[in-house]
Amino acid sequence: MRPNPRLYPLLATIAIFFTAYLLCWLQFPFMLSTRVVGNLLTDNAYLGIVAVGMTVVILSGGIDLSVGSVIAFSGVFIAVMLRDTGLHPIIVFALLLVVTTAFGAVMGAIIHGLAMPAFIVTLAGMFLARGAAYMLTIDSVPIDHAFFEALQDSHWRMPGGGRFTLIGALMLLAIAGGALVAHRTRFGASVFAIGGGPDTARLMGVEVGRTTIGIYAFSGLMAGLSGIVFAIYTGSGYPLATVGTELTAIAAVVIGGTLLTGGAGYVVGTLFGVLTMGLIQTYIVFDGTLSSWWTKIVIGVLLLCFILLQKSLLRIATPVRASSEG
Amino acid sequence: MLLTIRDLSKSFPGTKALDSVDFDLAAGEVHALLGENGAGKSTLIKCLTGAYRRDEGDIRLDGEPISPGSTAEAQSLGIGTVYQEVNLLDNLTVAKNLTFGREPRRFGLIDGRAQRAEARRMLEGYGLDIDVGRDLGSYSVAIRQIVAIARAVELSGKILILDEPTASLDAAETRMLFDVVRGLRDRGLGIVFVSHFLDQVFELTDRVTVLRNGAKIVTEKTAELDRVALIRHMLGRELEEVEAEQGADHTRSEARRTVVDFKGYGRDGLVDPFDLTVREGEVIGLAGLLGSGRTETAELMFGIRAAQRGEAKVDGEPVSLTSPREAIAAGFGFAPEERKTDGIVADLSVRENIILALQARRGWAKPVPRAEQARLAETYIKRLDIRTSDAEKAVGELSGGNQQKVVLARWLAMNPRFLILDEPTRGVDVGAHAEILRLIGEITEGGMSVLVISSELDELVAASDRIIVVRDRAHVAELSGVEITSGAIVTAIAAPDAGKVA
Repeated sequence: MRPNPRLYPLLATIAIFFTAYLLCWLQFPFMLSTRVVGNLLTDNAYLGIVAVGMTVVILSGGIDLSVGSVIAFSGVFIAVMLRDTGLHPIIVFALLLVVTTAFGAVMGAIIHGLAMPAFIVTLAGMFLARGAAYMLTIDSVPIDHAFFEALQDSHWRMPGGGRFTLIGALMLLAIAGGALVAHRTRFGASVFAIGGGPDTARLMGVEVGRTTIGIYAFSGLMAGLSGIVFAIYTGSGYPLATVGTELTAIAAVVIGGTLLTGGAGYVVGTLFGVLTMGLIQTYIVFDGTLSSWWTKIVIGVLLLCFILLQKSLLRIATPVRASSEG
Repeated sequence: MLLTIRDLSKSFPGTKALDSVDFDLAAGEVHALLGENGAGKSTLIKCLTGAYRRDEGDIRLDGEPISPGSTAEAQSLGIGTVYQEVNLLDNLTVAKNLTFGREPRRFGLIDGRAQRAEARRMLEGYGLDIDVGRDLGSYSVAIRQIVAIARAVELSGKILILDEPTASLDAAETRMLFDVVRGLRDRGLGIVFVSHFLDQVFELTDRVTVLRNGAKIVTEKTAELDRVALIRHMLGRELEEVEAEQGADHTRSEARRTVVDFKGYGRDGLVDPFDLTVREGEVIGLAGLLGSGRTETAELMFGIRAAQRGEAKVDGEPVSLTSPREAIAAGFGFAPEERKTDGIVADLSVRENIILALQARRGWAKPVPRAEQARLAETYIKRLDIRTSDAEKAVGELSGGNQQKVVLARWLAMNPRFLILDEPTRGVDVGAHAEILRLIGEITEGGMSVLVISSELDELVAASDRIIVVRDRAHVAELSGVEITSGAIVTAIAAPDAGKVA
């Protein structure tokens, strides 16, 4: 049986990732070691988590530009709270997630309530969150906490010496959780429906307002979680961190096969989008002679290819029948 | 009776969309609801589906008074609707569309397997053999239509309203849809069928109700109704009155200079090739039912859709009319049917709307001087008697009749040789109605030729020197001089094989 056309972009993403991996392996056999795989997961954990939230937003036909700033805010928030108060990191994390989720929910409420484009509202959110981070501190604040060091060091040593870290595992969990939310819940079905057409969605019984708030709250939650992971990864909070990460996340989502106009895509594709981008970076490190801007060029080319692929797939998928009006 | 509606009224600012309408629907019947644009069909349906609140009247379902306030409420009462534009989501699978909002769940998560099984169960009896795991958008409009019906029947189950369901289907697909509808009728559903394809009405329906200008004209058994009578009900002309009808001076257009000459002009699937000669100072009426090809004819002439065959000559010189730009350059003007969306720019002032086309022709590099603009606006406000406090008022704030006059003024300012008016009196009150007709007469005095498209026969009879009758996307008859009577037009529209009336 012919595979369902809706799977083509996902299959293309997975094929590209494994082909690229194969090419890397042919040149540098060490690429297939568990060390490389472990680092691939660890280094891209924060990006993968935030991209899950972005996937849900883009599936609904929206966009969330605030997430990069929210990650930076999260790092600063954690660092300053741990420095200035005696609170346990777990409590700080919980507080942070409440704050970022509420922040997303408010943006969603504005987008729906005022019928404003998500682009503008989340752009305002981006400046607000970055500004809030600066308000807490303008310096890079190191995090010194025994529990934090334990988190940084928790890993499972895979055969071959690679480290499967806690934050790498968290990313995979986020992907799995995001996939369940998007594909197996009524909330997820509503997200796809809004991405397919908000007016039709309303006619089919979707509560567009509540769903929109939920979508951006989810993205805020994921950005907060990504901020925690980023803080664990870097061991500090810095208000200038992760500038432009929202755009990298969007690129990962699109390379992962999700339609930028909404309504079609898979969360698991985003994992492969993130890993593909990480793989390019790893290759450049292995090569040693290439400059890092090659990463950007390859990502740019990949993005263009995916936009073209989606356009042509849309053509194929749409039945050719000129509907004459009556 | 499954559904009884008594004295249903609904008003909008300026118009009474429904005026004490009665309507009955029995279980196990297909009931056609007919009428031209603006007759009140969609208002009636929207009152039933909860999109509008009625002003007055009584709606009873199974004898119980109902008052649906939303589509969802109407659905839970048992009233489902399928529109011409399928209101399902192309980007979801057939199964997800069918079960949307009622997905079977296990441990809080949607159970995909049960969902597909449920979808297959819902599609049983519709004669569809499709993979419910595929996107709805990958199937044809007909299949999407049937999926939409299956969903509506599942959710509602008593009354199914089909609003122009066949408008974008071909013959085979229409037959498929009709089989489905008949099957549902035999299961005891009451089905309201809205369409402007009379053949389909005669083929499928048990009873017919005709609305006109917001009022119920008649309800009859389809089998006891003939075409001519039905069209007369829809267009609103009783034969007795016709004889007394005082037409325009129908004899004056003989032997005048030809301005525009269309020969074998046509486009596949739009309008069959037609010949039309437009003479100086002549008013040509284009009569036909909604969807017969009258607007399409105008679009072809104005270059909105390019002709595939035939040629057009202006003053004996062949011209190319493949875009409105070329048509304007050839001296054509076109006031479209959808005034609000295609005709006026509501936020611009009366003055700006009037000079719009003139400015477009001059090019943006050469603005019309402000004094000239003001003079033009003043002239036309006076000449057409546009009721506005001043020339700078936004057009959107004027009444329908005055908006129409602004559109007319825009084209008159261009001084075209051939002006096409599609439904110039739609949504215009009675006073302005007569005025617009008078204006049409006036502008042709100056030698301008006008083509008027209208559903209102008296209007065409009163204004036209010649009438072209359009049916099934072909020009089927031409009436001129004393032949122009409402009766003759109705006969030509109805007659399945009327040739050219000599």
